[in-house]
Amino acid sequence: MIFSLDTLLQLCILLPIVSTIGIVALRHNQNLREMVSIVTSLIVLCSVVFIYLGLQSGESISVHWLQILPGLSVSFSVEPLGMIFALIASFLWLITIIYAIGYMRGHNEDHQTRFFCCFAVAIGGVMGVAFADNLLTLFIFYEVLTLSTYPLVTHAGTDAAKRGGRVYLGILLTTSIAFFLFAILGTWVIAGTLDFTQGGVFPEDANTTLLGFLLVLFVFGIGKAAIMPFHRWLPAAMVAPTPVSALLHAVAVVKAGVFTVMKVSVLIFGIDLLSILPTTQPLLYLAGASVLLASFIAMRQDNLKARLAYSTIGQLGYITIGALLASSMGVIGGSMHIAMHAFGKITLFFCAGAILVAAHKTKVSQLDGLGRRMPFTMAAFFIASLGIIGIPPAGGTWSKWYLLMGSLNTEQWTILVILILSSLLNIAYLLPIPIRAFLFKESTANSALGIKEAPLACLIAIGITTVGIIALFMYPAPLYDLASSILQTSSIAHGQ
Amino acid sequence: MLVHLPILQVIVPLIAAPACLILRRPKLVWLFALLASSLAFIISMLLLQQVMATGTISYELGGWSPPWGIEYRIDKLNAFIALIISGISTVVLLAAQTSIEKEIPKDKQTLFYILYLLSLTGMLGIVTTGDAFNVFVFLEISSLSAYSLIALGKDRRALWASFQYLIMGTIGATFILIGIGLMYQMTGTLNMADLAERLPAVAETRTITTAYVFFIVGVCLKLALFPLHFWLPNAYAYAPSIVTAFFAATSTKVAAYLLIRFTFSIFGISFSFTALPIETMFLVMGLLGIFIASTVAIYQDNIKHVFAYSSVAQVGYMIVGFSLSTPAGLTAMLLHMFNHALMKGALFMALVAIMYRVGSSKITDLQGLGRQMPLTMAAIVVGGLSLIGVPLTVGFVSKWYLVVAAIEKGWWWLAGLVLLGSLLAVIYVWRIVETAYFKAPVLGQQPVKEAPMAILVPVWLLVSANVYFGIDTRLSVEIAASAAKSLFGVVQ
Repeated sequence: MIFSLDTLLQLCILLPIVSTIGIVALRHNQNLREMVSIVTSLIVLCSVVFIYLGLQSGESISVHWLQILPGLSVSFSVEPLGMIFALIASFLWLITIIYAIGYMRGHNEDHQTRFFCCFAVAIGGVMGVAFADNLLTLFIFYEVLTLSTYPLVTHAGTDAAKRGGRVYLGILLTTSIAFFLFAILGTWVIAGTLDFTQGGVFPEDANTTLLGFLLVLFVFGIGKAAIMPFHRWLPAAMVAPTPVSALLHAVAVVKAGVFTVMKVSVLIFGIDLLSILPTTQPLLYLAGASVLLASFIAMRQDNLKARLAYSTIGQLGYITIGALLASSMGVIGGSMHIAMHAFGKITLFFCAGAILVAAHKTKVSQLDGLGRRMPFTMAAFFIASLGIIGIPPAGGTWSKWYLLMGSLNTEQWTILVILILSSLLNIAYLLPIPIRAFLFKESTANSALGIKEAPLACLIAIGITTVGIIALFMYPAPLYDLASSILQTSSIAHGQ
Repeated sequence: MLVHLPILQVIVPLIAAPACLILRRPKLVWLFALLASSLAFIISMLLLQQVMATGTISYELGGWSPPWGIEYRIDKLNAFIALIISGISTVVLLAAQTSIEKEIPKDKQTLFYILYLLSLTGMLGIVTTGDAFNVFVFLEISSLSAYSLIALGKDRRALWASFQYLIMGTIGATFILIGIGLMYQMTGTLNMADLAERLPAVAETRTITTAYVFFIVGVCLKLALFPLHFWLPNAYAYAPSIVTAFFAATSTKVAAYLLIRFTFSIFGISFSFTALPIETMFLVMGLLGIFIASTVAIYQDNIKHVFAYSSVAQVGYMIVGFSLSTPAGLTAMLLHMFNHALMKGALFMALVAIMYRVGSSKITDLQGLGRQMPLTMAAIVVGGLSLIGVPLTVGFVSKWYLVVAAIEKGWWWLAGLVLLGSLLAVIYVWRIVETAYFKAPVLGQQPVKEAPMAILVPVWLLVSANVYFGIDTRLSVEIAASAAKSLFGVVQ
């Protein structure tokens, strides 16, 4: 290979950011401009795959950029959890670009250049988060992600968009500065290091009350994980164009949040320490409450995107639960759920966008009979719903299985009940949509219009992710291997 | 030549000021002033280099050895501050001619440069001298020129603001003079190093305590420490914008320097922190300053007022660092002095650009500027992010050190408060961003063009510095940390 893996790693982070120059330069020619996005995302995807292969063959990949403060540097390394996140994000980015081209043109959106630029920067931020070797690096890219997605949320420029943007930025910046940064600084002072380390960084004699306090700060501070009561930004972000909601607010941004929670739990606290902290249990219940409440709220939403947003909040709670269970099964289930939910939810959002572009409908109550006009979209919607609920033949089955196992192993009966109950609620708020679409009669008289699907680019994207959902059910082994190696000290992983 | 650098640091702008009268033509005067300021900048860089390499430099003025003669004493601390002042002064001057063409009548432009250079002289003098009375002399030079500079403002309210500052500044300077006088009475010396040696013998007396109190209050007036900040917002808002850019970045730093110098090097920490409950007082006032001034900033209609109140809040952060009375806290304060100079320099320079094109700094006049002046507004966004303390900007570095210093001292609550304070900055910065980017221009308002290069270049120089020193912190952190350590080391 011409490039070393270290170079590829940096390419993943820098190339999307550099590509904005190309996007701006070619702003007058739509097709060329979109080519830049597609080529960039292809290169990034290939790089991530090569890095994955390298990780499998046991290579240690790490890059050290520069030292910002004494003892604190911006540096990157590859470990299995980050690998999962990077693989999903880069793959779904490519798909979303294809989808976005169809959507943005089909919907005649303004400011497309700005849109694709910010999108690319956001992906650079995601890659930085995924490969960060220490909390400082992670925090930097976490904030890059927040700031670069702000223009995407306010894309429409309307008052509603501005209000949404204010809530979005307000909550994410507030929590990250007031709690997350605080927790990072506390960690720095207590442990003297911010490097992600297998088994945690804290000295054995550290005060557990203080560490418990830090854990609370972390869980609340990582606002992107959308644990209640800091979840309001996610529904607010739904004013953004659908591709943004699909990739960023179902995959990249929210997954950056739960990914960080997972990473902090496993590689800063370490699951042994986590299980004895006094605050773990209350936080676990809080995450459980978040799961249930979000599901209840989702049932009451008529706006399709809002319903999906609340569903996301609930599903993110699963992953946080997985991390806080502090058992290997929990970690495996939680990290697999990062991938499973990503595929399921992005498909749902793609479908919601397709419905908007093709039928100009945004409300669940308007979807009666739509299955006849958009059979492909609604079929995909059905399969993706199964994925979120967690029943075969969709990949979500596996992650929920391991999460249940995790709560059984740790004898968290309440959590077990919550998980089961929540799956039922998922059914209650997701399945009525395809049922309405396929079984109900359209109220208005225009049912004779025949099939009218979204632009082809959108359909291709939907098709790929739907196949992905089923593939993850059939072949979960590679994902499982990655997830189970997160906790193995002997594994590849850490650059040290 | 190199031996004489300490005095050249002050003499160059001092001589250059009256020399401006000979040139007369504003453009020439501008180039000349720029040259003088650049020279001062180069000198301060050389001095800093020397100090870092060989340690403290003592220069005997006129060959009279101290404590009889006047001594100029350069250590890491004042070399660092002098670098900030002369650096900012030079960058700000780059845009001066373009900016004052619109804001100051032609016949007063030469006067402007003279005053500017005198003000620079005063600040550099305060910083470099090792003589307590000299401090007062230079303080008056810089203050008097500052009052006149502010009075040059186009807005008639500038006169009132200048007068207010004159009164408050004079009270402050008088207090400082009384403090110095009392010290002289007790010790018979004005040389700082000598004072430091002789003070402990008389430290128990009420006179010295009184001297210290007078001095601290006088300096806090100059520093605009809450609640002694009343002169500052109007002075910043109605002065010519280029003057504001210069002062906002430098003048509070000089006062902060005096506070550190007298507390640590002259009175000594064992006296300073026991004579008065100064830690608690400063901690309370600093925190009140952060929260009240930031909150007031949110409700201002004029962006200059917003940033002026923000400056009062930032002084609060510095004082909180000071009140920790640990090397880490002092490091945080010194770092923030450097970093705040860069932030406010960048922000007020961007306002210079806005004043040049729009002619007003009311927040409503910013509507639609995001499209019309993209580079200027981008500068405000980056400067604002730095003010908030987003990573990769200098603001983050300051906040990091301040919070770590608080946690190291075991004051977790303070760490939390400092971070909460920075959230208020999010609100007042974002109000500006939203107005500029999301509000359509007011009907009937002429669209404006991007600012001229002469202003954009210095703006972006400062903005880049905000990012550069936010990533490569070696210079600022190393100097601040070693200066703080030596200040504590001297007395311990």
